[in-house]
Amino acid sequence: MIARTLGGIGAQVLGFMAVVGRVSIYAGQVLRHLVTPPFYGREFLNALLNIGWLSLPVVGLTAVFTGGALALQIYAGGSRFDAAAVVPQIVAIGMVRELGPVLVGLMIAARVTSSIAAEIATMKVTEQIDALVTLSTHPMKYLTVPRVLAGLITVPVLVGIGDIIGIFGGYQVAVHSLGFNSATYLQNTVDFLEPLDVISSLAKGAAFGVIATIMGCYFGMNSGRGAQGVGAATKSSVEAASVLILAANFVLTGVFFSA
Amino acid sequence: MIRFDDVHKAFGANHVLRGVTLDVPRGESMVIIGGSGTGKSVALKCVLGLVTPDSGTIEVDGKPALAGDRDAFLAKFGMLFQGGALFDSLPVWQNVAFRLLRGALKRPKAEAREIAIEKLRRVGLTPDVADRFPAELSGGMQKRVGLARAIAADPEIIFFDEPTTGLDPIMAGVINDLIREIVVEMGATAMTITHDMTSVRAIADRVAMLHGGKIRWTGPVADMDASGDPYLDQFIHGRAEGPIAAVR
Repeated sequence: MIARTLGGIGAQVLGFMAVVGRVSIYAGQVLRHLVTPPFYGREFLNALLNIGWLSLPVVGLTAVFTGGALALQIYAGGSRFDAAAVVPQIVAIGMVRELGPVLVGLMIAARVTSSIAAEIATMKVTEQIDALVTLSTHPMKYLTVPRVLAGLITVPVLVGIGDIIGIFGGYQVAVHSLGFNSATYLQNTVDFLEPLDVISSLAKGAAFGVIATIMGCYFGMNSGRGAQGVGAATKSSVEAASVLILAANFVLTGVFFSA
Repeated sequence: MIRFDDVHKAFGANHVLRGVTLDVPRGESMVIIGGSGTGKSVALKCVLGLVTPDSGTIEVDGKPALAGDRDAFLAKFGMLFQGGALFDSLPVWQNVAFRLLRGALKRPKAEAREIAIEKLRRVGLTPDVADRFPAELSGGMQKRVGLARAIAADPEIIFFDEPTTGLDPIMAGVINDLIREIVVEMGATAMTITHDMTSVRAIADRVAMLHGGKIRWTGPVADMDASGDPYLDQFIHGRAEGPIAAVR
């Protein structure tokens, strides 16, 4: 009984490590193909549009509501020890350092990773990937590289926009509901933020963009057969991307702000 | 032109190919028949490098299929996939001209479009189809677009994977005639895999039957009915009784 349980756990651990290894090898191949021609410009532009521009509404809405809620929470919590005046500073630092990048990353995992995984997995089960190969086109160069490059470039931009919109949401609530002075609020926000806060936010965005797109492509390319295979690939890609984004956030926060 | 020599391939415990040996001479139309799951598609995919054989060799023009310049090797081939495998995100003409819009065979866009429209016309589709998307086409039209894509770059070798599956008998006849005409007209070497005996008789110069992971019988299509092979007889006449188990 104990041996069987331990054996089961061991098999799970080995299976997990095998996936980690395969994903790492895949990521290494992506890096190699990123710097070797041919490059597919049109695919890259399509990916920029899909990952960046079309994600703006969901990123904007998420950020504005989060910024507003954050302002309310800080005001309510801060009032307990006469610290309600710190709302602009905490909203700014909270949005820029943590909530902006993490929420944008998770929204990208939900919207972009799932869509990439489902699209590529469907291409796989309908033999479109095989067709690409027979047409002398490397699937990794045609499908993966443009998406990863677009994620690397657009997600930091989305994070920057999300940070601004989040701060704007907090500002709206603070000025119109909590009685803060508009000019003072903005001045406190600008004065409190440091360049490292913004740099860390954008760096996290770049890392999350790469994670989200690689996970979508990897699980799509390795999908099982049929509708169930596509569904499983999509689910696994979002789970893996979300967990990795949160783990990477922890590591990057340590890198930028420990000490 | 294409030579399989003792090719083996297993997926886990499932030994699909158990020593396939077959020659397909240049300019000949070879049809491989056999029951579902006997490895016909796997054999084709081994030639293209989509599946790597466990052992044995495959040669094309006397050179190993998996060695050398992949792009130059694949440029010799055109393939019609069972479901068409058209790219949903591209309009029909870009599907057909895919190879002509990128890579070594790249042409100016206008010229590639012109060639695509010509190939569409060759398979009986009008130019107005060119700007439609694959999802807007019927199954038969998708097969024809797939066929146009397969011949777009004038390949030396064309593979047809179940070209008539899912089509009504009239459309299947149209596709069979098109394949035969195109293969003769281009002088291409063709390998077709199918269960459809009407297709076999319409397309084949020679027939090979794959059973139990090996080539069970091969010969000219005219000799097929008098082969005396009980497996081939059962298959071509569609009998439930015989040496091939009906339940597999």
